[in-house]
Amino acid sequence: MTYDMLSESKIARNLGRLAGPAASQQASSPWELARQLARSRREFLRSAAGVTLGGALLGSGIFARTGIPQRKRKVVVITFGGGARDQETFAPEGQVNIPHLMRELIPQSTFFTQVVNRGILGHYVATASLATGVYETINNFASLPPEHPTAFEYFRKDLKRPSTDAWVVAPSNGFNRIGESNHRAYGPGLGARVILPKHLLTAATSGGADYEHLLRDNYETPFYTPELGGSEFELQQLQMLLKLSVDDFKKHARTLSSPDELSVYITRQLMQQLAPSLLWITLHDIDIAHAGAYSLYIEGIRRTDRLCAELWKTIQSEPEYRSNTTLFILPDFGRDSDDDAGGNGFQHHRTGDALSRTTWMMAMGAGVQEGIVIDRPLESTDLVPSIGSILGFSAALAEGKPIAELA
Amino acid sequence: MLPADLKREQFSGYPPEARKLVTSDLAALQRLPLSFLPSLLREVIDYDFKFPAERKALERELANLSSLPAEETKEWFQGFAQIKISPQLEQFDWVNAPAQFVEQLSAYLWSTHQLDAFRVAALAYAERLRAAVPPEPPAIPRLGITVIGRGVTTPEEPLFQKLRPHGVYFSRVQPEKGLQQLLDAVAARAKAQPAAHGHWYIDGGQEAASDPAITCVSYHALEPARAALSSKIRVEIERPGMGPETLRTLLAEMRPADLGLDRGTDQTRSKKGDAVLDRFELKVLTEGSGTQIFSTTFAQWAAREALRRAQPLTLLVRFAPRQRQKPMNEMLSALTGAAELDPMGSLVDADFGAYYNWLNQQRLTGAEQSSFLVWFENHGEALAIGPAMPRGTESAAAADLRTVLSWMT
Repeated sequence: MTYDMLSESKIARNLGRLAGPAASQQASSPWELARQLARSRREFLRSAAGVTLGGALLGSGIFARTGIPQRKRKVVVITFGGGARDQETFAPEGQVNIPHLMRELIPQSTFFTQVVNRGILGHYVATASLATGVYETINNFASLPPEHPTAFEYFRKDLKRPSTDAWVVAPSNGFNRIGESNHRAYGPGLGARVILPKHLLTAATSGGADYEHLLRDNYETPFYTPELGGSEFELQQLQMLLKLSVDDFKKHARTLSSPDELSVYITRQLMQQLAPSLLWITLHDIDIAHAGAYSLYIEGIRRTDRLCAELWKTIQSEPEYRSNTTLFILPDFGRDSDDDAGGNGFQHHRTGDALSRTTWMMAMGAGVQEGIVIDRPLESTDLVPSIGSILGFSAALAEGKPIAELA
Repeated sequence: MLPADLKREQFSGYPPEARKLVTSDLAALQRLPLSFLPSLLREVIDYDFKFPAERKALERELANLSSLPAEETKEWFQGFAQIKISPQLEQFDWVNAPAQFVEQLSAYLWSTHQLDAFRVAALAYAERLRAAVPPEPPAIPRLGITVIGRGVTTPEEPLFQKLRPHGVYFSRVQPEKGLQQLLDAVAARAKAQPAAHGHWYIDGGQEAASDPAITCVSYHALEPARAALSSKIRVEIERPGMGPETLRTLLAEMRPADLGLDRGTDQTRSKKGDAVLDRFELKVLTEGSGTQIFSTTFAQWAAREALRRAQPLTLLVRFAPRQRQKPMNEMLSALTGAAELDPMGSLVDADFGAYYNWLNQQRLTGAEQSSFLVWFENHGEALAIGPAMPRGTESAAAADLRTVLSWMT
């Protein structure tokens, strides 16, 4: 595979020449490093955001006690932008980049410090794994559907929900098949509707200088934009479903500064017009890190931090969402450590080291305790069964387990 | 085919010195697992175009493998032996196309969840190798210098934050003729300790004149190669059926002549006949993500690769402003015209790049004796790290860079 799957064997060669003591430590206990990472995250949060360490099963049964009927419950998932490292986020020197998460969101959330991704660290396949609860092995760079049923399919089939009730807003053409799998028992017709805002903008404007900054595609494969396939949202539906004229869309797009801002704008329209019960937004501005410019990576983190807070505010201000929505924010995975000679630090997520695999998750809103930190290890695949517990579907083929604190 | 079936004649397509090297150690290679051997052959096949430090390391690694009794070889490679390889990979022509094999192996390891096992095996091997064949110390203590901030008057954030705990922060350096003093220092070291590709100057913009004993690589000098590469990429991505993996393979198969980098035949170029450097530059442009479009990424990645591969005694890296971010296609097109620059963003890139230059230097032998200097170009701020520099301290001494260097080394 290409840039991000680049040669693990090369790592072996590099390690032979460059590895120092840090690499040796990794060899002995990569998962001890994951635990250390989780512990330091907890300490960062405890000192900076005033949260407390939660015990086991703190949240058990909480959702049931909220009195919100299952039919009314909504879940919004935000994937945090392509992955960022602790030193640029939760560590003391990184907190300046995430003021909204630190001051506004974390104090209102249950924060899971150790979410491990044991799958392939490519953004499409990892997002597909998050959405199915199974470590998918599809080609990260091909226009292929996941092989296992997605949360959207479980949700719609089990609960007999219409196609307008599950939506994905995704960053690049490569994500256009994320909405439904090719699994025989689920698949076509049972998945989520997928909006690719950049594709929509291209169709509306035919590109042009006013919009070029919003049309950056997949940073993992910077020279290549995959062909579209599947049932992406079409331009004519802009007006029909989102009640947005092409002119208004173009006019507003001119005021935005990045592809993720465009995604958030479309998400707001979706929430206002269709109020889907299961909404998934994949941000990816941070992934500009692949181009190797540290300043752009930091800019991406700061923007993502702001956009997450804006989406939370939107949830709080929309009557359809205000008191019945659970929000999940999590990266699909992290980025390489500075200590790993096989990588190039923040630029990629090639090495498969503990830092690039050990990420976090924030849950907030309906049915979630505020200001709690949970240290025990979870897996990325636990998300879908947990959403199932909240919304009332069974993620029958998922490998993960419902998170007890959210059940 | 498995390694045990290897025959001498199968290496007839290898360059002459690589062929000689590999066939003299054939028996040792036949004992290695398929999950490991092609990555070694990928290095061997490029032996003719490697830097002296790389050649020596490869020779010593092969000699070590030859010296291992069969039972010990098994023990060394037991982790790799447990990696399951698909029949398709076994049938691949990994002798003649080891790099392509390694790419496919990488994808296979990810998709079969064997990556962690491979990683453990790789680290264990690296550790054993380092113990059995310790890397040689440098002839003189290494010196790294990084110059950042061209085009910026006042930084928005304090500089050198990552490096300050490791050395002395100078706030009143006399900047006059600073770059020339640094280049003179590199030239003096190159004269005092001559070594092929032992003393480097990498510039993220237009290079200043430097001593011929210094290996010089610059973003500006590579502009024709970058334009040729961008043009080829634009053509290729328009082809039906072209995908990122195919494009990557295509880039990996490029030769210096494809981008006009064959100095050996171009008598008008200043450093004619340096086929090793031609290959280095080609790989920086075709393997480095972002090196084609951002000069800051180019400088950082070229420095990383120079340190990893050539293990220089002296390395001077000078960052320059990169182009402002735009969509990828726009930036590729901008290679042929004047691009709008982002000096402030470039300073942030370069400041962090300086940290990576230091980290990568510290991964080499003799780290405890190495020194490192970073300077805000044409300004009074610098930071010096080395055995003689007290960590986490500040100095308001008014000294020029030549003097600061004399205190360090």
